[in-house]
Amino acid sequence: MSLIIENLHATVDGTPILKGLNLEIPAGEVHAIMGPNGSGKSTLSKVIAGHDDYEVTGGRVLLDGVDISELEVDERSRAGIFLAFQYPSEVPGVSNANFLRAARQARLPDGEEIDAVSFYKEMYAKMDELEMDRKFTSRSVNEGFSGGEKKRNEILQMMMLDPRYCLLDETDSGLDIDALKVVAKGVNSMRSEARGFLVITHYQRLLDYIKPDHVHVMADGQIVKSGGAELALELEKSGYDFLKQTA
Amino acid sequence: MTSETATVQQVALEKDDIGNFSFPEKHKFDAGYGLTKDTIDYISKVKDEPQWVNDFRHRALEVFESKPMPTNWATEDLNNIDFDGIRYYLSDGAKPKRSWDEVPPEVLETFDRLGVPEQERAFLAGVEAQYDSEAAYSNVKEALAEEGVIFVTCSEGLKEHEEIFRPWFGKVIPTGDNKFSALNSAVMSGGSFIYIPKGVKVKHPLQAYFRINSENFGQFERTLIIADEGSEVMYMEGCTAPKFETATLHSAVVELVAMKGAKIQYITVQNWSSNVYNLVTKRGLAHEDAEIRWIDCNIGSRLTMKYPGVVMKGERARGEVISIALANDNQHQDTGAKMIHAANNTTSNVVSKSISVGEGRSTYRGQVHIPKHLKGCKNNTECDALLINPKSRTDTYPAITVKGNQHVTQHEASVSQVSQEMLFYMQQRGLNEAQAMSLAVNGFINDLVQEFPMEYSVELKRLIDLEMEGSVG
Repeated sequence: MSLIIENLHATVDGTPILKGLNLEIPAGEVHAIMGPNGSGKSTLSKVIAGHDDYEVTGGRVLLDGVDISELEVDERSRAGIFLAFQYPSEVPGVSNANFLRAARQARLPDGEEIDAVSFYKEMYAKMDELEMDRKFTSRSVNEGFSGGEKKRNEILQMMMLDPRYCLLDETDSGLDIDALKVVAKGVNSMRSEARGFLVITHYQRLLDYIKPDHVHVMADGQIVKSGGAELALELEKSGYDFLKQTA
Repeated sequence: MTSETATVQQVALEKDDIGNFSFPEKHKFDAGYGLTKDTIDYISKVKDEPQWVNDFRHRALEVFESKPMPTNWATEDLNNIDFDGIRYYLSDGAKPKRSWDEVPPEVLETFDRLGVPEQERAFLAGVEAQYDSEAAYSNVKEALAEEGVIFVTCSEGLKEHEEIFRPWFGKVIPTGDNKFSALNSAVMSGGSFIYIPKGVKVKHPLQAYFRINSENFGQFERTLIIADEGSEVMYMEGCTAPKFETATLHSAVVELVAMKGAKIQYITVQNWSSNVYNLVTKRGLAHEDAEIRWIDCNIGSRLTMKYPGVVMKGERARGEVISIALANDNQHQDTGAKMIHAANNTTSNVVSKSISVGEGRSTYRGQVHIPKHLKGCKNNTECDALLINPKSRTDTYPAITVKGNQHVTQHEASVSQVSQEMLFYMQQRGLNEAQAMSLAVNGFINDLVQEFPMEYSVELKRLIDLEMEGSVG
């Protein structure tokens, strides 16, 4: 059981961004990707999720052995890919509760209706874990949310949708230390043998709270270095200068 | 009426269109194609109308014929209406039934499929269901009738309640108001007459349902609602038609009169098929401290032109128009509001939201008039448009005429698009494109839908889901 990214090439407006990227995330593991700006980290998460702006020019993505490269965005989501956005969209007029409900409903077979009572019960329990106010359920999705609220909301959605593989795109950006701890707690509570994580981050700080099993360094559209959790500490200390030496 | 089982003609479905079915015609009375003086006399004769009504019709026909199409400001598409190819009156000649059991089976089935009988049982104080030209069913709950509430067809109103009916009939919307109000005045049939006595507050809504079943047919219902001093009423109407090969015309006139301190709320949810010309004139007259509120949802039709209005004739009167329009491919929703301030300290509010899908086109046309000699009048106008696809179109023509300097007016307009990033976000959570679009559209109108009775907001959501399903590739 794993998410395998195999020799992935992708372009945006004809410009190559991913240039033959290989990565395997077995279920049960947390992998972190670090790298300088412009290395293609965010692109990678969007390409895995199936964003239209990127053209996949080579390679494929396998989810537990099934090639999902040709699937629509929503099909990939229902297959178990969850992307926690760096900049989550606002959806005016749609309450958080209704949005989550629609997302859950979309996972049910035709004709089957979500059980509202147990849905709310579950949502409230998870909101408590993330220290979110109950009023939040009736607010429009991400509209007028602070950076911290948006990120908590991403984690709440992730918890409610029970994905197989979670991609966290710079989830730590814009978070103060308290919010970061809450978000990390939420992520850690979801760690299990059955689930894999790809944590994309610019800073070591997040990895103090979400301990990775493996750390990868990305540069110019490829993974250039891999190691254990200690690699992140190393990068924090000496930066990405080594990239120039190896180049 | 024969006893054979009527067979439903299910028209080829382009999408899961709930109103898209029709029964074979069994009309005892058919005024035939085209409009002449004879057509009018035929209608008057079948309906056994008093002479004054027949005279009224003939005068209206002259006005209709003398007025040009308003294509100097409205769309040229109006010129495609073939007035000679329309049948102006179709009826089985039966009187409206007071019990659903007496309604002919295919008509009952029609309204069953549209959910009307259950709705009546569930929450309505009264219903009128119109099938082609005439009401098939009309009923007001006994308790209300005992309080003096009148809810009958317009034809019954003008004959049996002439003393209340006639003084206001054609006064809010005179025959010559526009070409189509004249047409309606000439060939009107069906529609409701409602009178709410002084101080009576009708708790549950009254409802009318308009159904076109026949091809090349024009539906011209006429409705007059009078709310006497201090009374309150909510009236709701729904409209459907199956999709025919040729265009069909719906041209109604609705007049509301709210006497001192009365409140009228008029709610429309229309779902016409995409070859109906829907050209409707709706206006209310609000006396002192009275309130008239139009809630208008326009989905479907080839062309809708409708600008519900309120004339605030008495001090402190209040007028409001809340409108939602959704224009899909080959549809043009030309809607808006007219607010005429004619007394001091009157207040009006217009909130309009339109959604253009595919090559659909929506137009907002507003008119606010506050003359110089008044003081303390307020108007707020907001119009927001949402464009779904790159080829969707919206136009806004607000005309706010404010004279004098003792008034407050406010106007806001916005145009927005469902962004690709928002769609990606929603799809990443597992919603398919149509579901995501539908959710975005429902979100866009959400604050207005809150104003609706529950049953209608559920219905509206379902209609939008259906529209969005067909709109994505």
